[in-house]
Amino acid sequence: MRVLIIGLVGLALLATGMAQAAAVEDPMRSPGWRIIEQRFFKDQTVVFDERVRVLAPASAEDTFAVPGFVQVDGIEDIERLLVVIDLNPIQKVLEMDINEAVQPSVGFRFKVQQRTPVRAAVQTADGTWYLGGVWVDAAGGGCTAPSTASANPDWAERMGEIEAALWQRDNGVQRLKTRLMHPMDTGLVDNIPAFYLETLELQNEKGDVLSTVSIESAMSENPVLSFDLATDGPVLLRGRDNQGNRFRATVTP
Amino acid sequence: MIRLAGLLFALIPGVVAAYSLTPQQIAPGVYMFEGKTEHFTRANKGDIANTGFLVTDDGVLVFDTGPSRSYGQSMRLAIGLVTDKPIHSVYISHHHPDHFLGNQAFEDVPIYALEHTIETIKRDGDAVTDSLYRLVGTPMAGTEPVAPGEVVSLGRQQVGGRDIELIAAGGHGGHGAADLMLLDHTSGVLFAGDLVFHQRAPTTPNADLDEWLQALEAIEALDFRVLVPGHGPSSRGPEPIKQTRDYLQWLEEHLRQAAAEGLDAAEVMYLDLPERFRGMGVLEAEYRRSVAHLYPEMERETLKAVGER
Repeated sequence: MRVLIIGLVGLALLATGMAQAAAVEDPMRSPGWRIIEQRFFKDQTVVFDERVRVLAPASAEDTFAVPGFVQVDGIEDIERLLVVIDLNPIQKVLEMDINEAVQPSVGFRFKVQQRTPVRAAVQTADGTWYLGGVWVDAAGGGCTAPSTASANPDWAERMGEIEAALWQRDNGVQRLKTRLMHPMDTGLVDNIPAFYLETLELQNEKGDVLSTVSIESAMSENPVLSFDLATDGPVLLRGRDNQGNRFRATVTP
Repeated sequence: MIRLAGLLFALIPGVVAAYSLTPQQIAPGVYMFEGKTEHFTRANKGDIANTGFLVTDDGVLVFDTGPSRSYGQSMRLAIGLVTDKPIHSVYISHHHPDHFLGNQAFEDVPIYALEHTIETIKRDGDAVTDSLYRLVGTPMAGTEPVAPGEVVSLGRQQVGGRDIELIAAGGHGGHGAADLMLLDHTSGVLFAGDLVFHQRAPTTPNADLDEWLQALEAIEALDFRVLVPGHGPSSRGPEPIKQTRDYLQWLEEHLRQAAAEGLDAAEVMYLDLPERFRGMGVLEAEYRRSVAHLYPEMERETLKAVGER
């Protein structure tokens, strides 16, 4: 605990020192922002913009599975969407391609280790990143405790099972919701190696890739994801985990 | 009297933050301590649930012991200002930490609860106590979970000249017999525990809504004159039962509807809530917690297996 406090003080001093040099102030005043900035947005233009919203509860009821949803309103030409958690040991939750077939909105569940900002960033064609976020309070432990799957001897039997459905929504948008059975082990628990779904491709009926979603183990066990697609017709799901297991499914309206 | 209470606190080792508990007489010899209709905070010291006691010829029956050791000790002092009868026994309604963490102050008398409650406190007691330390802070000092030592005998029984009935139900604390109620036929007072909320949004971490709604039917049929809910003011009629039922029925239908429309859990947390519930304490926070508790399962029912393996 003492190490952690010294670490945070150090981090805060570092942040203060660098803030004087940097042009962009983090409106969330997060002690983790400078590291996030260096790691994900180095030498890129960052704009904090309220049109990028993260919906999440102010307090995590279950630190293993906190619901989050990204909404972006009124920003054109978005090409990438990224979700990061400042003060998690594993900061990235997901990153995905956005285009005319895939709206800049995504629902997901994440693990949280302590009170932290949860941020969404969208990058437009000119390279600018627009960021929004919300603080989530948590008692901790979401990343450094074993998944329930790891404690269940049957998990291997059901791993890779996919459930999904499609809903027609307004303006020709189709909501895809999917759940894939996977332990999503972080590698931060003794004797349980990192084992998680690493990529998920969304394809149309013809096999054209609509979006490639890269995922890290900050995403909850048995990931539940929601996407809004400006397509109709079936969607093919193609997943792969970090040990090379492949998962596939066809979702029909 | 106040000075006397202060002196007593000074004499009890380990008391760090006393609670000013005022016994409200709700019937002859029957009292409640009314908690705030809030969430746990440092300011309210975790005093958010109702507790109570009944004076009998053989001693005092205590119903629930509050959120901390200090609360339990304060309760005992406040009871001592009303009667010089000793504490006879304690009944714990269910395993949630705002209702049993005062048990340390009553370790010299039998503490009764349902088997479900005893087992759950043994299993989860440390974790829920840790989380209260985090939310409430200093007033928790010295508090440790004490599981009730005795399994309660249900049914009608005579204790010290009172005709009491211990009733098990479920739906709030868990499945089956997970919530204990005490009905004092002598006075007509029903201590309903957290099966009934009043002017405060119900909590659902272990809820089975259908079972809970059935329990409310059964409670409404009981022969009581005064109802003490788990949270919120007491009532001379069935209003708290109707309020709890209205909210739970709405919650279930609302969440099922959202799931049927394909909404994501975080979107559901930010939907508008009906005007008629606006007067309930902690409405938005409890509603969002309920989405976390109840929505994943309802949402999953809307998905179909699609894998090709």
